[in-house]
Amino acid sequence: MNSPASATVLAPQLRDPAWLSRIFWLCAGLVLLAPALVLTEFKPWTLFEPGTIKSTRRFLADFFPPKVESEFLLLVAKECWRTVAIATAGMALALLIAIPLTLISTSALSISALPGRMHAIPFMIRQAIRWLLIMLRSVPELVWALVFVRVVGLGPTAGVLAIALTYGGMLGKVYGEILESDESHPTNTLLRNGAGRLQAFLYGLLPQSAAELTSYTVYRWECAIRSSAVLGFVGAGGLGQQMDNSMKMFQGGEVATMLIVFMLLVGLADYASAWLRRVLA
Amino acid sequence: MKITIAGLAVRHPAAAAGSTPALKPVTLAIQSGEQIAVIGPSGAGKTTLLYALACALKPAAGRLELDGVDPWSLSVAQLQKLRGRLFLAPQTPPLPPRQRVITSVLAARLPQQSLLASLRSLFYPSHIAEAEAALTRFDLAGKLWDRVDRLSGGERQRVGLARALVSSARLWLVDEPLSSLDPSRVELAIDALTQSARDCGATLITTLHQVDVATRFPRVIGLRDGELQFDLPSREVTRERLAALYAQHEYELLGAPPAPGDNTASGKQPDAMYCR
Repeated sequence: MNSPASATVLAPQLRDPAWLSRIFWLCAGLVLLAPALVLTEFKPWTLFEPGTIKSTRRFLADFFPPKVESEFLLLVAKECWRTVAIATAGMALALLIAIPLTLISTSALSISALPGRMHAIPFMIRQAIRWLLIMLRSVPELVWALVFVRVVGLGPTAGVLAIALTYGGMLGKVYGEILESDESHPTNTLLRNGAGRLQAFLYGLLPQSAAELTSYTVYRWECAIRSSAVLGFVGAGGLGQQMDNSMKMFQGGEVATMLIVFMLLVGLADYASAWLRRVLA
Repeated sequence: MKITIAGLAVRHPAAAAGSTPALKPVTLAIQSGEQIAVIGPSGAGKTTLLYALACALKPAAGRLELDGVDPWSLSVAQLQKLRGRLFLAPQTPPLPPRQRVITSVLAARLPQQSLLASLRSLFYPSHIAEAEAALTRFDLAGKLWDRVDRLSGGERQRVGLARALVSSARLWLVDEPLSSLDPSRVELAIDALTQSARDCGATLITTLHQVDVATRFPRVIGLRDGELQFDLPSREVTRERLAALYAQHEYELLGAPPAPGDNTASGKQPDAMYCR
């Protein structure tokens, strides 16, 4: 009944008028994608050449069995803890950057904007801080880590500073968006009745958005754990650095153990943050 | 607080510069401690007048003086200090839903508190007895520790009014205090409001839709289309004057007392949106 042949005999008014544009956008998408494939040297078939398969198999065989000596496990546990510590310390510093900058840049707390339009100078200050936050977050933490490894040397400090800067920018920008999107009526009324900006924030804005702010912060903390492992590869300490060392020494077993432990860690952080967010919502 | 306004016209901040102002030039003198009801059909400029007196809207023309001071000649900091002596209660109660009633009420004390004191009050509320006394006057005793989102619309509105009692404001500007109240609470709320204002020695100006309630105020101001129609002692507000004020808006006059069970601000909402 619904064979393509019967579709061609349908009266014109019964044909889907949107199908031409659908075909057009499909083709347009393919045309745009093609140069990207060329640019990225996308040749999946090299994966299946005999030489590649052999080296892949050797690499993977190396992973087995994972190394489970107690001394090594102790080292992995310690590095694991260091990774969490880097993420947590980085987040704490990021909050120190983000919270004051958010409070300054939130236009919901503007007193001069109360009777209509914000004055020029406060507007410029808020805009400048917004740009600063965007700049902080648009530099990848990997780049900051490379910079800080040069400045403070190999080790966790570089990782902490890298996370602090990028995440400070990220948190500041998103906190600002959360605060602006909230109902401004209670805050505005407090400001109109003569409360100070911080007072209006504490009594008007915060009670409404506390849950959302905390849940986003917890989610970012989880992201920081994952990213601090990556930062280890450029010498910023933690599990990533050990993984990098083992890989360079062709110690597949060690890499396998650390990968498993890392997956467990990420799973745990994911679970903890999901639970926290459920409790806070 | 003594108020003088001379030729005060107010335009909504979003309105075009040449458009008709929501409040056309009005001249009024209000003595300290007076109690005034502002009435008029929807869109008459009642809320705009209130917001202008609260220094929430900047006049497009004319002059406003509060206790002999033009607020718009002050610096931002001084103006904010002056705003601490004004209390504006918007029609929609400005209470964050996740906040406890006690915190919401005590928020009215913020202008007279240092930042440190207000932080401490978040950990352990200061002036609990004061807040409880204010709530009791509005028949909300025992709601002190409830969360705002557990309250009904009428209860929230009364919490918003109870705030005035803990503030140290000299001028209370109350927008439609009865809009969400059921008829049995109207009497209570208006008595509590006028009595407390008298006790505190504050000047009270409230906009009202209920004409019968308005005539219980010593002085009644009638606004229509942004213009002052009358400004009279309440016993001189005759039915003819009211009919003229509400001409073509009779349903607002006749339907003045809210219908039983009308617990929401339905029907009056568009008027409130005006200034927000």
